Amino acid sequence: MKKYTYTEKKDTRSGFGAGLHEAGKKNENVVALCADLVGSLKMDAFIKDFPERFTQVGIAEANMIGIAAGMTINGKIPFTGTFANFSTGRVYDQIRQSVAYSNKNVKICASHAGLTLGEDGATHQILEDIGLMKMLPGMVVINPCDYNQTKAATMAIAEYEGPVYLRFGRPVIPVFTDPDQKFEIGKAWMVNEGTDVTIIATGHMVWKAIEAGEQLAELGIDAEIINIHTIKPLDDEAILKSVKKTGCVVTCEEHNKFGGLGESVARLLTTELPTPQEFVATNDTFGESGTPDQLMSKYGLDAVNIVEAVKKVIGRKKA
Amino acid sequence: MKHTIKELEDIASQIRRDIVRMVHGCQSGHPGASLGCADFFTALYFEVLNHKTDFTMEGVGEDLFFLSNGHISPVWYSTLAHAGYFDKSELATFRKLDSRLQGHPTTHEHLPGIRIASGSLGQGLSVAIGAALAKKLNGDQSHIFALLGDGELQEGQNWEAAMFAPFNKVDHLIASVDYNGQQIDGPTSKVLALDDLQAKFEAFGWHVINTDGNDMQAIVEGLHYAKTLTGKGKPILNLMSTQMGAGVDYMVGSHKWHGTAPNDEQLASALAQLPETLGDY
Ligand SMILES: Cc1ncc(C[n+]2csc(CCOP(=O)(O)OP(=O)(O)O)c2C)c(N)n1
Repeated sequence: MKKYTYTEKKDTRSGFGAGLHEAGKKNENVVALCADLVGSLKMDAFIKDFPERFTQVGIAEANMIGIAAGMTINGKIPFTGTFANFSTGRVYDQIRQSVAYSNKNVKICASHAGLTLGEDGATHQILEDIGLMKMLPGMVVINPCDYNQTKAATMAIAEYEGPVYLRFGRPVIPVFTDPDQKFEIGKAWMVNEGTDVTIIATGHMVWKAIEAGEQLAELGIDAEIINIHTIKPLDDEAILKSVKKTGCVVTCEEHNKFGGLGESVARLLTTELPTPQEFVATNDTFGESGTPDQLMSKYGLDAVNIVEAVKKVIGRKKA
Repeated sequence: MKHTIKELEDIASQIRRDIVRMVHGCQSGHPGASLGCADFFTALYFEVLNHKTDFTMEGVGEDLFFLSNGHISPVWYSTLAHAGYFDKSELATFRKLDSRLQGHPTTHEHLPGIRIASGSLGQGLSVAIGAALAKKLNGDQSHIFALLGDGELQEGQNWEAAMFAPFNKVDHLIASVDYNGQQIDGPTSKVLALDDLQAKFEAFGWHVINTDGNDMQAIVEGLHYAKTLTGKGKPILNLMSTQMGAGVDYMVGSHKWHGTAPNDEQLASALAQLPETLGDY
């Protein structure tokens, strides 16, 4: 197992804030909008340097999406910012009609996704947003795994033409990817090569997959770990290549198993290469209040759960 | 009156103590507007609302209350506990794992007193209208109360509801606005100004009254007066001026205390200003 270490922990939303600032410096058409959550979205640096390119819309997310769609018509590249729930479910039809169907170059940037939002509880903890967004034709869906990758992804989507959903989170987590990485939309990242099982992880679950990989190595199981940061378009080739070698797969995401990354992988595999698969994901449930760590453990999203799923799926492979 | 003004003020003081202790206990949650609305909640539950503490979802023959700005759950939970809906010891579980006292109010954990989830802003007025319509269809003359944040009024759904209620003569509805002038990113006047709310609601066909939400006498009288205005074809809007953080000097009037928990020192300072009157949880 390749060794991954980290010297600091940071929140992915700060990676977004830093990436937005960089994208703003590079391209004067980059504009930002926020619905009364500037601090939570870490937009301060952008606002400080480009106050005239920032729009505070107030607590009015539907209006924000519509305004963003309109701004694209004269060449602006709008980045909207609010919590993941209010970025998706709250404004689904506004996104569907004015952004996706109209093919507008809006970047929907969503913080506090998943259970790790913590104490605010289920009203704010969306576990359905990947599903909602990936079902929209033409929508790119990205869920980066640490500060550096989120920063790189934010800069990359500014250069991509078309609607994008960028999902990130609240808690501080290890920073373990290359600070100078080039982010390629739709290209999987090989975290660790292995032969016994393919672990496919996205977002906060990538570090957990690395922890699981280390535990598995001690048990003599050689896990291949792939980071799928772009859930749509999915890197079919990387997944098929790996699964051909390992013969079984575990998908890991901080999201409902209905509609998430796991189902995208299952769809690919049932048509191309039927393979035993286990899902590490929430099981059709709402979340609740608690600390991020407590919730990840209660809802089965820890390294131990990945290890268990790997043992199970390897068993199914042999059967 | 069921209580003297002094008695009500004492209850409000205890609720304020609970709020800062609850938010401190989990180091998260929203003290500012919870404190600002402590007098309103006390007046409502201990004086104005016709309600039973052996809770039923339907509340037949009872007045119903809906909290649209669900983030001020601490003030509601403390009020419900002291009113007798559940034991006050449960306040210690606020926002912790496996609690019925979720960060935002929910029916999912079956906490007595809660009839709908809130937290995602802008939805409560519509729900209150629906409950009022159902009561009307059932011939139940009870009142429906709702509380909304002022920043929350930036959500468009409020204005759909505001247009609907007078047109459909939803006249047993008393909606109050927590008019503290603050939201997360700053004063409401700087984020997206609400301007003349009274004129806006009147233009939509509401009967608008103004109250001082941090003066117990005024808020009790205001809510009683609002009740006398019902049944006359118009919904009632209570524009209630409050101060964010009311009762804790260093929190007063600042959006910075919208959603920040006090540290140990700040807690001690807050508790020193708020007499314990009914016994801490
Ligand atoms: C739909 C939605 N958008 C954003 C939020 C995040 N949020 C929580 S409270 C709040 C500010 C509310 O302002 P106001 O109603 O004035 O309440 P106060 O600041 O007085 O507590 C925001 C933006 C939310 N809960 N729901």
